[in-house]
Formats: sequence, structure tokens, C-alpha cells
Amino acid sequence: MSGDPVVTAASSAPPAGLADDVLARRRRRLRVPPAWRQPLAVTGLAIVGAWLVIAIFAPLIGPDNPLAQNFGILAAPSSAHWFGTDELGRDVLSRVLAGARVTLPLSVLLVVIAMLIGALLGGFAGFLGGWADVALMRLADLFFAFPGIILALAVAAALGPQLRNAVIAVVAVSWPSYARLVRSLVLAARTAPYVVASRMLGASGWRVLFTDIRPNIAGPVLVLAALDLGNAVLLLSGLSFLGLGAQPPTAEWGAMVAEGTQNFNDWWVGVFPGLAILTVVLAFNFIGDALRDALDPRTARTVRLS
Amino acid sequence: MNALLEVENLTVALPTPNGYRNAVDSLSLSVAPGEVVGIAGESGSGKTMTALSLFGLLPHGARVTGRACLDGTDLLALRGRALRDMRGRHVAMVSQDPSAALHPILTIGTQLTEHMRHHLGVSKAEALTRAAGLLETVRIPDPERALRSYPGQFSGGMRQRIAIAIALAAEPRLLVADEPTTALDVTVQAGILRLLHRLCAERDMAVIVITHDLGVMSALAKRVYVMYAGRLAEAGPTGTLLTRPRHPYTRGLLDALPHPEAAHPGAGPAPLVPIGGTPPSLGAVPGGCPFHPRCAHAVPACATDRPDAVPTPGEAFSPGPDGVAMADTDPGRHLLACPPDPLREVVAS
Amino acid sequence: MTADPQQPETLPSGPPPVLALSGAAVEYRRHGQRIRALDGVDLTVARGEIVGLVGESGCGKSTLARAAAGLVPLAAGTAAFEGQPVSVLGRGRRPDRLRGLQMVFQDPYESLNPRRKVGDLIADGVLLAGGSRSSARARSTELLERVGLPVTAAEGFPHEFSGGQRQRIAIARTLAAGPSCLIADEPISALDASAQAQVANLLTALVREENIGLLLVSHDLSVVRQVADRVAVMYLGRIVESGDTATVWSNPVHPYTEALVAAIPRADGSGTLPADLPGDVPDPASPPSGCRFHPRCPVARDDCAVTAQQLVAITEREGGGREVACHVRAPLGVPA
Repeated sequence: MSGDPVVTAASSAPPAGLADDVLARRRRRLRVPPAWRQPLAVTGLAIVGAWLVIAIFAPLIGPDNPLAQNFGILAAPSSAHWFGTDELGRDVLSRVLAGARVTLPLSVLLVVIAMLIGALLGGFAGFLGGWADVALMRLADLFFAFPGIILALAVAAALGPQLRNAVIAVVAVSWPSYARLVRSLVLAARTAPYVVASRMLGASGWRVLFTDIRPNIAGPVLVLAALDLGNAVLLLSGLSFLGLGAQPPTAEWGAMVAEGTQNFNDWWVGVFPGLAILTVVLAFNFIGDALRDALDPRTARTVRLS
Repeated sequence: MNALLEVENLTVALPTPNGYRNAVDSLSLSVAPGEVVGIAGESGSGKTMTALSLFGLLPHGARVTGRACLDGTDLLALRGRALRDMRGRHVAMVSQDPSAALHPILTIGTQLTEHMRHHLGVSKAEALTRAAGLLETVRIPDPERALRSYPGQFSGGMRQRIAIAIALAAEPRLLVADEPTTALDVTVQAGILRLLHRLCAERDMAVIVITHDLGVMSALAKRVYVMYAGRLAEAGPTGTLLTRPRHPYTRGLLDALPHPEAAHPGAGPAPLVPIGGTPPSLGAVPGGCPFHPRCAHAVPACATDRPDAVPTPGEAFSPGPDGVAMADTDPGRHLLACPPDPLREVVAS
Repeated sequence: MTADPQQPETLPSGPPPVLALSGAAVEYRRHGQRIRALDGVDLTVARGEIVGLVGESGCGKSTLARAAAGLVPLAAGTAAFEGQPVSVLGRGRRPDRLRGLQMVFQDPYESLNPRRKVGDLIADGVLLAGGSRSSARARSTELLERVGLPVTAAEGFPHEFSGGQRQRIAIARTLAAGPSCLIADEPISALDASAQAQVANLLTALVREENIGLLLVSHDLSVVRQVADRVAVMYLGRIVESGDTATVWSNPVHPYTEALVAAIPRADGSGTLPADLPGDVPDPASPPSGCRFHPRCPVARDDCAVTAQQLVAITEREGGGREVACHVRAPLGVPA
């Protein structure tokens, strides 16, 4: 709106008043924004933080070697084995802790890769337009046509049952969302006056994309990534559950849940890894929601565009 | 003569992060039947809030005190059905953006007749006839066809005319026009100003024109209230106010207008003379006289004492045209909220 | 529409114009129809000169500004900057030779990247011209002071400033490129009154001190009248009158200019209503034949509907050359 008098000091001469006012406002803004003070966000952060610590220190925290099969088979939870033992006599607690070292880093890695691939492709499509845009978007549409898990299954099965291939499969399923989001953001930014002004000064297309446009679209993309983390964990665990991801004897939650279905009466074999998946996914979702609210309403608008 | 609209000590407080702040502060004004009154001020002066308060359209959480009596009924005290009946029927509004006032997918005819039938209770056929008549009054060519057309098919100026026609549909006694021509080209603006002038004369309808454009004020309004930071700075007959302003802010506004007369051919254009500084935002209104930080004539007392708009000294007991002393609410009064009155000598000389 | 060759319009003896449009035309398509937003326009801007371009909605003045800057392609005619043609901004980098031609946009809230610091935005102009980081930073500071903002503003983000300040930052940004000609498309319309005057004064000062040419497009006739040396009045894609600002205003020749001037309400307290110009601006897709203004013109004759008038130079008692495109008031071959 015209005449938005954000600064009260006279603006014809350069007085100290303006500097103070601007800096004071910046200081106020550095306080934690309200969205982050939500209990859910804090809970999410706490849970993820705890799992991070576990993942880093798992070998030290876990009472036993996750692969050691020394203990009684299918023993119920007791003081010796808090989470009991599985059908091969391995300590479930140690395996759940070790699972964090598999799931967490891989999920994050996978989301980052998908984001980079999708953002780059989407960015070029949006900026170049023309046939590049058409080709890339039809490719994304192709991937979108399949339900996520089915496509992931197909890719993982084609590549062979290995954890690495499961990661590739989930990346293949995830990248189109980023591509579509970034494309629409770049399309909108391309005609913005600040971009035109940059080009008038002689900026090349690349420079405009990376220096001018990127800072403006990073927000919504990061929100999408945060919300996607939970999904990544589920897909990865799901593939392992179906036998296409982590192979025995690797301690991975999805695979452990699969074991649990074989031993239904011994509930502890499947429930604890299942709870681990549940808490991590919930935590990522809480964080993603808080991030989206913090960037609202711009994010809500742009995410819907994709 | 009884005033049509009598506003007394209107105060509108809006919630800000730092608590409630007054967007309008103890404003009093009066409008006689059939009179055109102007409210002038820059953004943040409170002029739009004043207009909205008359219609009960203030933002959620706003607190209003004071009275605004239209023919004896206090508009500020109305609620619910009584408020809805008042809006449009007795007092109507035209705002800056005609596209916002017109429904994009209803025909002009529907919008006009719906309004009329709700407030006047006439039949559909009767309403259509009247609607065509209204369009003719506002000089829309080919009214019959216009009734069947949509707002998107008209230019900005035409849309504003249609918005005015809708405002007139229920035959209000008071029309509030908030920046009615700001978004329009100058020739189109001229047409709208002439239209408003004519309507006011023909229908004995009072108009409150709210604008920052002193030229528009000069052409239309008989009296002007100048607002600054929510308070009344100066008020008086347009002729006097624009030629012999007593408040430094009014003087500043006039000086800031481009003065081509000052540019001599050959000497090149002269620079514009703005008022230094910017109008204060809602939460940052200075104490004392709100204008004092930007005022060239400020004295120490200006920072502490908040002035009320009072009749200008020297005029307090001057007789009106018929020889009788003027009442406080007499339109001929010149009110000034500036105790030092630094421009008095300038005026007298 | 070309000027009468016997009476050139440019200033009698002076440097060549820094910006020159000749027969410029811009077309676009709407619903399959070809519409000429700009129909054969000649315009020059010299260094140290402010040329105002006025007209109402749909007259094509913004299109002209954008065509002069190379943002839209010309359907006919030429646009030249310092003698060289202005190429259209396509996929590639804008040629270095055009760096001296910069634009100030209307919306100060949109023309600055909200996610970058003000100092970086201004430094862009220097960096893109091949300067070093340190020189860019120094110039950034210098320019902030030049436009009347404190040095600490460099650390701020655009949204922390008011509209007027943002526009000044935008101007500082263009200055960093070392322009010899600025095109300002409604630079002050979105600002409040005090900011308008401040920015207008800043532009004027820059023109005088840096010897820059300024093409100022505005619908606010009063400001243009105050600030511009010469003014060109546009109607429906054509220039109908141009000349020295003061004399055009005090003595308009073209009926449209007359109507424009008469339509401005004066703040003199006299209560006089401004004169009305009946009718509406015609649809640019089907403009009137001959002189485009004739349906609304108070002095129109029969032949006005037949042939369009060219800009004809008329002699003036004082001030620079005046050109008017009107059969009646400035017939070809007859000095007014």
C-alpha cells in the first residue's frame, strides 16, 4: 500500500534515527517466531534430536551387539533385554538403536538428493521454457502417474534387493514434486520486476537464477523437503518391510517389522521397531508443519501451486 | 439549520502489537442536508476509518466511542438488522476501486435492482425501470443494454459511475465517497466530479468527500476538515482554508502541490517542496500536537500540549451574514488546532 | 509519423540525443486481433534533459517506455541508445553497450529482491559491470548517501523501508551501472505525497548533476509540468503534441492537450469544476479512422476522419520547438 510509513524518522537527511529503527526491528525479529513455540514443533524437534543422539552413539548406548545371536530366542522383554530378543536371539533394543543409523541418515540423504535433482530440473524448465519445459514436465507427469509405493517397488525390484537400490527408488518417486514446485516458482519469479531490473543491469540467466531467484524460492522448497522427510522414512521402511531394501542381517526398522509379522505372538519383535518408525515420522511431520506455518502464507500459496 | 449528520468526539481505537492506538481521535464534524463536505489528509490520517465507522465496517477488534447522529439516529450504536437497514438506505458509500464494489459475474441490472428491492421493496419491473433511470442519471450510454452487461465490459470511469448509481439506488440522504477518483484518469475524474456535483444539487443529497487531493476538494467541497494522525488539524470553508490556511500542516500540503506558476519560462522547473519527514504510523504518533516534529513553527509547548480544534481567535464572536453571532456548529466557522497560530499574521497581512 | 524535415524538432545546436525513437510501433495480439499499442512514435531525449510523457490510460506511454528500454520488441521503427540500436532483452545477457540505459519501475515493492540485502542489490550494478567486490561495496555506500539514505541501510532488507525509500534504493541501483539515460515508468505513482516530492526532486537533481537524460512517464500531469523540460502528450498510441513544458501548458494547441489541462482541478478554493471531456477512450483494437481523437474533439472537421495528421513543427515565440498533430490547429505547411 502506498505510504506505508514503516520508518518514522525524516528521510530526506540521513539521521541516526533510521539506522536505530531498522536495527531495532531486526533485533525484535530475531526472537524465536511464534510458530516455533508451538508444543508440537518443540516435541518434534525433541524427538528428532533424541534420535539423532541415538544414531550417533548407538554402538555405545546399545547394551549388546545388534548382530550377536547369543541370547535366548524370542525372550520377552525383561531387565536383561528391555525390548526382548528376536527369533535369532538378537537383542531387539540394540537393533532398534542401530536401526536409527540406517534410517535417519538415508532418509535425509534421499530427500536432499531428490530436492537437488527436482529443483535443478524444475528450475531449468521454468526458466528456459519452450521445449525444455515441456519435456521435463511430461517426464515428471510420467512419474506422477504411478502410486508412489508401486513405482518404488518396481524400481527397487528392477535394480535388485539392496538398501542402496531402495534409496534410489525412493528418490525416483520423490523428485517430481520438487520439480513441479520449483518450476512454478521460477515461472512466477521470471517476470517479477526485480528480476527484470537485474537483467537490465546485465545479469545473465544463470546469475538471475542462482543469485536472485534462488533465495526467494528456497523457503517453500525447504518446507516441502521437511514435510517429505516423514514420507521418505515410510517409503524406505516400507521397501525394507517388503524385502526390497535392507537385507539381513542389517538392523533396519522396516525389515524388523517384517520379522515381527512372522512372529505375531511375540509382540515385542515387531512393535518396538514399529514405534520407532512412528515416532520419527510423526516428529518430521510436526517439524514440517511448524516450518510451513512459520513461512505462511507465502508457502501455503506456493506449495498449492505444485 | 439542523445538521443531517452530527459527529461528536468520534474516537476509533485499533489493536496494535503494543496495545490499542487511536486511529481517529476525538473528531467532531457536521454535515448539513445537501452539503458537500470534504475530509482531507494523507495516508494514516484516519480519514478512511472515519468513513468506515459510519457504516459499522471497522476491522475486527476496533473500539469506537462518541456519537454519529444521522437525523437523530446514532449510527455508532446500531447493530444487526438496524445497521443493515441503515447501510445503503440512508447512507451509502462509494470507494476508490469500483472493481471491488461491483460483483464481477452479476449483471449490472441485477446488482442495481437487488439493492433497490431490498431497501425500497419495489417490484422487479419497477426496479428495472428505476435502474435504467439511474444509469441515465450517471450518464451511462445505452442504459437498457448496460443493464444486461457485466462490469468487466466497462472502463474504469464507467464502473465508478455504475458504483455511484448503485449507491444512489436506495436514495440515501448521505453519500460517503472515499477517494472516488484517485484511480481514474484526469479527464474521467473531471466527469465524475461534475456528476457528483450535479447529483448533490438535484437530489438534495449530502456528500462527504474523502481525499488527499486538494484540487478535488476545492472543486467539490464547501467545507473541508483537514485531518492529521487521527486528529482534526483545521476546518473551515474551502475558499478560506485553501487560500488563507492557518494550520502549518495545511500550509505545507498546499506548498507541496506542484506550482507551475512558480516556474518561469526559461529558468527551468522549480523543485517540489515537500513537508519534511513522513506521517506517523499508528503506533508512533508523537505526543502533544502530532504534527510538531515536522512543523517549522513548533514551540516547546507543542510537544506537550495536545491542541483541540477551536474557533480561530478573532472570529469567535464575529457575526454571520445575517448579523447574528455564529454558533459553534455553524458551517461558516473556521476551526484550528494550533495554539501558537503562527500563520495568523500572514493571513492578516 | 515523422517530423517536418524542414524544421527539425531537436534542439538547434546540441549533442546528439542519448535516446531516440523513430517511427516506433508495438503490436500485440488479443483474441486473435492485432492491436497497435504504439503507432509510429518519434521521441528524443538528450543528456541533462527531462522529457515528460503524459497521457491517460491506454495511450501507450508505458509501452513506449518498455520499448525504449528493450523490454518489448518493436513491430516497426527503431529505438536507438547513443546511436546504437536497442536490442530486445531475450534469453541471453543484455549487451554491455546498453548498460547506460536503465529503468526505474513503478512499484517500489516489487522492483527490489525481498531476499537480498540492500547493499548487495546496489553493488550488483558495479559487479555486473566488471568491478571488484571492494569497489562495489564502496560505491554502494557512496550511492546510498547520494540518494539521501544512511550508510547503515546497506545491511537492511527492502521490506524494512518505506515506499519512498525503496524507490530511492532502486534509483541508487540504476546509478551503480553508470547510466547516461534513465527511463522512469510512473516512478512516483505508488508513493504518498511527501515521498512523491522527495523522489521527484532526487531525479531532477541527478539529471542536472550527472548529466543524465530522463524519460519520465507519468499520468500525474502536475508533477510532470513541474519537473520536465519538455513534454510529449500521447493519445491512443500516438504523440499529439510535444514541446517545452511551460509553454505547452500555458498555451496548449492540440485540443486533447487543452482538454487535459482544463480537466485538472485547481486547489484554489474557487469551487470551479474542472472541464469535462465527453466520451470514452476508444478500444485500441479498432481505433477511429484518420485522427484518432476526432470523435471527441470539439473542433473536429470532416477531413479529420479521413487522414491522420502528422506532427507538424510550429514556430514559437520562446522556448524550444513545438510539434502538434492537428489538421485544424496546426495544418501542414501553414505556420501557426
